Amino acid sequence: MVIYGVAILAACFLVGMFVGDVLGALLGVKANVGGVGFAMLLLIFITNYLRKDLRLNLASEHGIAFWSAMYIPIVVAMAAQQNVVAAVSGGPVAVLAGTLAVVVSFALVPLISRIGPKGEPLPDVLGSEDAQ
Amino acid sequence: MYELLSDLLEKNGLVTAFAFVGVIVWISYFLSAKLTKGRLHGSALAIIIGLILAYFGGLATGGKKGLADIPLLTGIGLMGGSMLRDLAIVSTAFGVDFAEIKKAGAPGVVSLFAGVIVSFIVGAGVALMFGYSDAISLTTIGAGAATYIVGPVTGTALGATSEVIALSVAAGLIKSVLVMTGTPFVARLIGLNNARAAMVYGGLMGTTSGVAGGLAATDPRLVPYGAMTATFYTGLGCLMGPSVMYFAIRALVE
Repeated sequence: MVIYGVAILAACFLVGMFVGDVLGALLGVKANVGGVGFAMLLLIFITNYLRKDLRLNLASEHGIAFWSAMYIPIVVAMAAQQNVVAAVSGGPVAVLAGTLAVVVSFALVPLISRIGPKGEPLPDVLGSEDAQ
Repeated sequence: MYELLSDLLEKNGLVTAFAFVGVIVWISYFLSAKLTKGRLHGSALAIIIGLILAYFGGLATGGKKGLADIPLLTGIGLMGGSMLRDLAIVSTAFGVDFAEIKKAGAPGVVSLFAGVIVSFIVGAGVALMFGYSDAISLTTIGAGAATYIVGPVTGTALGATSEVIALSVAAGLIKSVLVMTGTPFVARLIGLNNARAAMVYGGLMGTTSGVAGGLAATDPRLVPYGAMTATFYTGLGCLMGPSVMYFAIRALVE
């Protein structure tokens, strides 16, 4: 059933966020530390385990795949509610600090990616946005 | 008649948002195919249109939440808010190969520390150029160059002025907007086409919204890898900002 997939996703989300909040509190930080990451790891482990046992059927998988497919529209909605006015009215200090941080960080991606064995490019998929 | 309609749309905000975003995405894919022959990806265009609309929404209402401050479109706030955004990000991990994540563990951790430290240095350097000389202001603006959450958290912890905290938020917002829009253009240049590079990218950029948008516009299959590391960034920044980074910057300028 579709709801099983959605429920598994929701449960992973909540447990992961809780771990992130607890970790943040333990570190004395006013932020969630890695909640989304823990939730993702949990989802990977649980779905792999259930798949092997064939207990997660196709309909249940659709419950997770739906949210995955809604990802881009949700990101568009996220973009549409950013405080862009505040971003551009921050003056030259803010614009320069933000821009330079991005430029330098972009430049570091290929350098740090070289650590360890080389990464394999993902295979080309026609219309990959539909495949998601 | 108009009142009936607007009441309906307002009352069912989330459903209105689904329809509205659907139209934006449809227009974006249409323009992407017709005007740019697919060179500028439809999702990249949709995110840029979203940001432009957010700008005009903010101008029109004077609020902080872009289009979501317009009463008819408050549902955008729920649809694109952190709850559904994070749920959708987590869902992309479905079907991810854990071996890929393990392989990129070391560069992922390095990228997190490098990302936080570099942002602080760059932000504080710019602030220094513009005449700020006290360690608290320099650290806070540097924290803003990390993310728009690290900025105010660090600034508040150190007791920075509200003007400096506002600047740090603005710097973080600029970063997030630039990462969202700029990533598809530099992706080829920086080798952003595999899981490992995506994890390094997530750790270096750190802004969840920026990484979420930037990877969506580049290749959605990279999203889970980038999001995995980016999710640790803000926490690490908030941890290092008022402590290590502040002490280091204070030692340098005072």
